[in-house]
Amino acid sequence: MEMHRDDIGAKLGMWLFIFTEILLFGGLFLVYAVMRHRYADEFHQAAHQLNAFIGTVNTVVLLLSSATVAMSITAVQKGEKRKGVLFILVTLICAGIFLFNKYFEWGHKFSIGLYPGSDMMIGLKHGYILFFSLYFFMTGLHVLHLIVGSIILTVIMIRIQTGSINKERYVLLENGGLYWHLVDLIWIFLFPLLYLIT
Amino acid sequence: MTHTESHITDYRVYGWVLLALLILTTITITVTWIDLSALTVLVALIIASVKSFIVLRYFMHLKFESRLFTVFVVMVLSIYILVIALTFFDYLLR
Repeated sequence: MEMHRDDIGAKLGMWLFIFTEILLFGGLFLVYAVMRHRYADEFHQAAHQLNAFIGTVNTVVLLLSSATVAMSITAVQKGEKRKGVLFILVTLICAGIFLFNKYFEWGHKFSIGLYPGSDMMIGLKHGYILFFSLYFFMTGLHVLHLIVGSIILTVIMIRIQTGSINKERYVLLENGGLYWHLVDLIWIFLFPLLYLIT
Repeated sequence: MTHTESHITDYRVYGWVLLALLILTTITITVTWIDLSALTVLVALIIASVKSFIVLRYFMHLKFESRLFTVFVVMVLSIYILVIALTFFDYLLR
């Protein structure tokens, strides 16, 4: 007897989950929009504190990682197992580079005493506090998604290797890919709104 | 068991898409060097939207999936834009 299988249904489920994620981050972007409108000058000044270079490197790294996940689906569809695993590996390396950069970026801010609840931050003007709180919360939540995505992709990579994801059956890879692209999509908005608008 | 004819995208397509996204990123960064005052945010948002459109259409396969997925995505985004608009109506006219 054949097992019941519905790939479209599986993908639809993944999309519904992605919609909840869009609304989760959407709420934060809404707070950002209103507060930016209210404290335009202070947001402007505070954004100068962020390292646009690290932000740019991370943008490029994330875009590359998104492309390799998409390519891995092509590889698995064609039955090129080795390539499929390799593409996911490149994605995971990109995720590692992103985390490494984020570690130094945040580490520097913590070392100069700039973190939520620190004496320095409490002493700042209201608009600055809001900007940095949003910065830490939004990039933090984004990084959390990136870490979860990396774990999911690691499982997927192992499954391609063992053959339980193959050219006949790869919906898990597609859904993992969708999640990874969501992480990229959120960064596409975070990067200009936090790092570039100075 | 549902079997759908699956679309296999060529590697090169993803290569071009990546290139397009990188070019758009370069434009976003270059634009911030020019002072457009009030327009800066708008330009950044427009470019980010174009990038999202490309990611959704190619990387997230909306172009090749059933139209149902596109309809859902458009609906969700419309609701979100409506929420932003309503919030600002309330905020600006208070």
